[in-house]
Amino acid sequence: MLRIQVLGPGCANCQKLEALARQAVAGLGVEAEVQKVTDMRQIMARGVMATPGLAVNDRLVSTGRVPSVSEVMTLIANVLAEESPGS
Amino acid sequence: MVVERQSAVRLVAGFALLALVWAGAYAALRPLADALTYDLFRLSHDSHLGSSVNFFLYDTPKVLLLLTGIVFLMGIVRTFFSPESTRRLLGGRREGVGNVAAAGLGVVTPFCSCSAVPLFIGFVEAGVPLGVTFSFLIAAPMVNEVAVVLLFGLVGWRIAVLYVALGLGIAIVSGWVIGRLRMERHVEAFVYEMAVGQLDSERLSWADRVDRARQAVREIVGRVWPFVVAAIAVGAGIHGYVPEAFLADVMGKGAWWTVPAAVVLGVPMYSNAAGIIPVVEALMDKGAATGTALAFMMSVIALSLPEMIILRRVLRWPLIAAFIGVVASGIVFVGYVFNLVS
Repeated sequence: MLRIQVLGPGCANCQKLEALARQAVAGLGVEAEVQKVTDMRQIMARGVMATPGLAVNDRLVSTGRVPSVSEVMTLIANVLAEESPGS
Repeated sequence: MVVERQSAVRLVAGFALLALVWAGAYAALRPLADALTYDLFRLSHDSHLGSSVNFFLYDTPKVLLLLTGIVFLMGIVRTFFSPESTRRLLGGRREGVGNVAAAGLGVVTPFCSCSAVPLFIGFVEAGVPLGVTFSFLIAAPMVNEVAVVLLFGLVGWRIAVLYVALGLGIAIVSGWVIGRLRMERHVEAFVYEMAVGQLDSERLSWADRVDRARQAVREIVGRVWPFVVAAIAVGAGIHGYVPEAFLADVMGKGAWWTVPAAVVLGVPMYSNAAGIIPVVEALMDKGAATGTALAFMMSVIALSLPEMIILRRVLRWPLIAAFIGVVASGIVFVGYVFNLVS
């Protein structure tokens, strides 16, 4: 199953991005788990200096901004396409 | 190659067209506001109401137009910078030069005070000296395009240029002083123990950059415009009705205590540049001394309680107190100098 993480200490933008990630998942019709990562240690370990960060299957795809729903969908689809080149 | 060149041509043509439309709209503002006020509404040139309505109808679209243009351009510029690249540029740099570079980079690096904590940790971990980090953290919120555009549009270019120069000056000197105070031990210990990952720089095409800039316009102008309209309306009210020099006694150059009082008053007040500048403009218009008004504005924007509370997660109180004290002193100094020379 797809794992999507929103990295941020709980700021307004982080909540916005989490909602967008859920919308994007619903829009793509994929099965995914959307998590929030609020622990500063884990956020820093990924090198995220500008929140919110967005990670798809542990790959950081965006930091420091709130992309649009369609962009989030593209970012997720890109990771999916790279992980399963056969399909 | 051909596709690349085609899209480049389209991009340049698009920019030129936008710039032309923008300039045309800007040139039409004055005649339009005059026509609306004096011909359509039939208000007299000399009446208070006429003067207020004309001020509002001219200033509101002018400021919003300037804001849109500059936020877009700064949005493009910001795509060339990131916290990662700035951290690399500042890491291990000597103080002095480092403070100057940090203040300058603070203006162009994308920054939100909500990210102050991870940014602070990332900088410290990369070996950016504490004082240099502070120069960045002071300049980033204070010298921002919204503040500069509003000052330029409402008060004049001289004050806007001075604000940028003095804002950078305060960020450089305050950071340097904080570095001299040797307060590293007042940074929470866990900051030094944290493992910070490396992040690769993004590769962006011009289309991406334009897209980011458009997002910035939507986000910033979308958030700020109600404040601008409301504040200009207040300004317009004062413009037409409150007598000139009304505030000269209370906020004029006369009393020595007005500058520190303005700074102290500004700390608990938390507003973005958009909310405060039109009020400052109205104050100056009615006889408040330039230095006092500017000190008030800098204090409101640069020193905010919510940011201090966020920073408390990584800094102990003595360091926060030193930060407030040093920056506030810098602002008071600037206020006095302004009142002396203007």
